[in-house]
Amino acid sequence: MTEKSRLAREQIAQRAALELPDGAYVNLGWGIPNLIADYLPKGLTVYFHSENGILGMGRRAKPGEEDYDLVDAMKVPVTLIPGASIFHQADAHLMTRGGHLDVAVLGGFQVSEKGDLANWKIPGSKGSGGIGGAMDIASGSKRLIVCMEHNTREGAPKIVKQCTYPLTGLECVTTIVTDLAVVDVTPEGLILREVAPGWTPEEVQQLTEAKLIARGSVPAIKLA
Amino acid sequence: MKPKLVTSLDAAVADIPDGARIMFGGFGGAGFPNNLIQALSRKGITDVTAISNNCGTREGELGVMFKNGQVKHVICSFPGPHANYFQERFAKGEVTCELVPQGILCERMRAAAAGLLGFYTAVGVGTEVAIGKEERVIDGRRCILEMPIYADYALIKAQKADELGNLTYRLAARNFNPVMAKAAKFTIVEVEEIVPVGSIAPEDVITPAIFVHRMVLAKGMRFQG
Repeated sequence: MTEKSRLAREQIAQRAALELPDGAYVNLGWGIPNLIADYLPKGLTVYFHSENGILGMGRRAKPGEEDYDLVDAMKVPVTLIPGASIFHQADAHLMTRGGHLDVAVLGGFQVSEKGDLANWKIPGSKGSGGIGGAMDIASGSKRLIVCMEHNTREGAPKIVKQCTYPLTGLECVTTIVTDLAVVDVTPEGLILREVAPGWTPEEVQQLTEAKLIARGSVPAIKLA
Repeated sequence: MKPKLVTSLDAAVADIPDGARIMFGGFGGAGFPNNLIQALSRKGITDVTAISNNCGTREGELGVMFKNGQVKHVICSFPGPHANYFQERFAKGEVTCELVPQGILCERMRAAAAGLLGFYTAVGVGTEVAIGKEERVIDGRRCILEMPIYADYALIKAQKADELGNLTYRLAARNFNPVMAKAAKFTIVEVEEIVPVGSIAPEDVITPAIFVHRMVLAKGMRFQG
């Protein structure tokens, strides 16, 4: 099969941005999710939460305006929007774990057909690994979107029947946005909501280990 | 009342013994008590159990203590991408590590602070974190029992203190510092500015003086990267 073009990482972020409702409190994880802030639809206001104790995080600081007491979870100097607030780390995670945020978006290594997420450690990797806030976020999010490539660099599916990587959380993922598809995790199974332009549901299924359910014709992903 | 303010960083950490369990504030390069960490390392302390979000940024933050082999066990959430001195010691088995989900790390310290002997949470159920922990179902949700994390000392960084030890923090340099101040038996603060009692409006106090045992004035030291 000749490989068709897939969405770029930025386009995955752009598609995921369309899932955010106006006025939502949102946490963005490392990797592709962190790009989402650059692709908010015009007119949409969301309040970004950072696990180190910020609600109402604005754009990244421009050169010369960096304040290293005001950084995001990736240590990048950021700004605040009017109405922002600062609190300690325990309250920051009370918000993630306690179901106070509307949406969280995390990166992923694997998502299972039941919505289990593995995103913190690659089996056999050297070193201690690190959990950070991912397990709290996965446990408590009202809506958890995972942004990731559909397949590993070696071509292995990342949407799987059962995660083989160390787990972050059980049955926590709501929606998966990849470079090939938008998939909803439901009690009936994984619903294939959209496919990348030029791809058929069958082609996407071939690159997916878990069963995808296509209800009628599956529309192509639109980025705006 | 014995004054809490001491005159030097070395004096601030002088009585911390080898083998102490110590909490260290800070996150993402902000709010680390770097002056106190340097003093603690300089004093030649050994066998520390360190409780912190991460494990240093190269030689910065806790890095110097891992470099010098002064930590035997660490309880943390995210060692971090530049925790190379920790990772070297960890690979050789010279330091052991308990990884804790970040919010649960906070809550376990809060339990210690609040006189609570543990709590159940759904965080970590079915993951490596749950291994060896009691599991039960509450309201239909699987959850695990998490125990308090106690410490002999907390080393923290604040922006401003009055002479009693009421503290405020600057922006996101607050992070773990107020949580740890409450959890440890003895809290030592490095602070950028000391003001007379009464200068901080009572409703602006973030950490009440009851949680603060010793203070030292020091200009913030920061490690980039």
